[in-house]
Amino acid sequence: MGPHIVVLAKMVPDPEGPPSSFEVKTAEKRVVARGIPPVINPFDENALEAAIRIKERLGGTITLLSAGKNLSRAVILKAVASGADASVLLEDDSLDQALLDSRKTAALLAAALRTLDPFDLVLCGRQASDTNAGVVGLGVAELLGLPAVTLAQRVEVSDGKVVVERVLSDGYEVVECPLPALVTVSGEIGDLRYPSLQAIRAAKELPQRVLRPDDLGVDLPPSWVETVSLEPPRRERRCRLVEADSPAEAGEKLALLLREERVI
Amino acid sequence: MGGANGKVAVIAEMEEVGRPSRITLELLGLGRRLASPRGEVWAVVLGSGVKEACGELASRGADRVFYLDHPSLSPYNPEAWTRVLKPFLRERGEGVVLAGHTPLGQDLLPRLAFSLEAGVVTDCVGVRADEEGLLFTKPVYGGNALAGVRVTTPLALATVRSRVGEALPPTHTGEEPVPLPLDPPGETRVLVRERHRLEAAECPLEEARVVVSGGRGMGGEEGFEVLRELARTLGGAVGASRPPVDSGWAPTTCQVGITGKVVAPDLYIAVAISGSSQHLSGMADSGKIVAVNRDPEAYIFQVSDYGVVGDWREVLPAFLTKVRELVSE
Repeated sequence: MGPHIVVLAKMVPDPEGPPSSFEVKTAEKRVVARGIPPVINPFDENALEAAIRIKERLGGTITLLSAGKNLSRAVILKAVASGADASVLLEDDSLDQALLDSRKTAALLAAALRTLDPFDLVLCGRQASDTNAGVVGLGVAELLGLPAVTLAQRVEVSDGKVVVERVLSDGYEVVECPLPALVTVSGEIGDLRYPSLQAIRAAKELPQRVLRPDDLGVDLPPSWVETVSLEPPRRERRCRLVEADSPAEAGEKLALLLREERVI
Repeated sequence: MGGANGKVAVIAEMEEVGRPSRITLELLGLGRRLASPRGEVWAVVLGSGVKEACGELASRGADRVFYLDHPSLSPYNPEAWTRVLKPFLRERGEGVVLAGHTPLGQDLLPRLAFSLEAGVVTDCVGVRADEEGLLFTKPVYGGNALAGVRVTTPLALATVRSRVGEALPPTHTGEEPVPLPLDPPGETRVLVRERHRLEAAECPLEEARVVVSGGRGMGGEEGFEVLRELARTLGGAVGASRPPVDSGWAPTTCQVGITGKVVAPDLYIAVAISGSSQHLSGMADSGKIVAVNRDPEAYIFQVSDYGVVGDWREVLPAFLTKVRELVSE
């Protein structure tokens, strides 16, 4: 029998949206996305793709687990249709990005995972595009006592273990550990496939469970980090534009300027 | 609050046997700044053949150096490292632990955070001490916002990007390094089997002093040949924004941005890149930024130090020729 893989998928405002669609509310210390749709965090999509590739080779089942407030059913449906078999939504108004830190989120997800059918592998993205932290996956592993490997560009399951190519700055290393395990997935693994319309239609019939935090009987631990300010980034510099009669001359003058300023 | 008392511990990484990496030296410099005047900076170095590095760590800002030289700690194994560091840091109990925002730091510090029940902040682009303790700043929402974060536990952990700290010149040699007590390393569930290095020419992006990147306007793979030639001439590496990677003109490993590689070279040359937040937050901390773009309105010019408005096809060949002439002088 193939492995049961759980993919943790966070819903975020589309990180590819133009900067103008992210309104930074300094006083409220929150970012409000305007006019861009929610999407599954791109690295979590990579994790789902990794899971689907394993299932293609070995069979088994994939459960998508998402936690949050007002989860878009259309977004979940599309993700499930790419190749999952079931979805579990941990949903509540209290599951607001601004109220949860990585510690609380990891505690919630670990508790939700405990309620699922026994799993062999948990996959999630290396970090979420909104909080940009990369902490929750490892936290879940720690809380559940699972071995964990981060930054996977390739994930294979065989003989009761998971073998991972882990991205390094100058290449990669091959790391393995016994199942059950948790692996965080990097973008190198490749984009999530698009589901066919037929698959989307069929996915509507797949089992979906909605949980509330109260169902989990978990006491949320206190936060250990606190966001005290939120501002738009300040990146502006004063640009010296090179003026010249032709683009070629501008290229030459740029080189001379960089030398003069000891940049090259 | 985390880190308030000037105690700093830097997790050292080696570039090669016995030589601390650039980010490690930067963190020692940053540690000095955060610790002064009454605090103390510790460096902790684990691995094989690491004792040789202790002298340099001490001369670059560490008041005390703790090391553990053991083959089971090299290459980095998360479980072996956690096993050694957890009791050590638990005993320290307070202050801040700094590591580079590298594949090692990103993996190690969240694990330590959960096993020590201490707060962690990753991908910091700033750390400063004030009357309330330490304030960490980090990009969120794909670089569209910058968050100021405080840690509420007595011990705080943080991974920090390149160039946030400044390496100190070698000065005194500090105290003798202190070996950490070695518990039998024992079995780990996670095993590192082998390591594959990419050819240096392919993309040592994060360490490169010069990065030449191309964007959508490169128009195809051929354009990247010119960038490679320029990077070679300047002793640098080639990067790309997301569109060329999506189009298959450049390998994924070259992608610079918050979802790709985060770089901060001395010189970043952005060719035909318009400047999305996603890309900017992966390179905005570079020393000097040069932009070449056809569109005078391109946002990239607002975040650059030098710019040429023009088609790279016409600008770059002349630029390359002149650069070659200048660097061979």
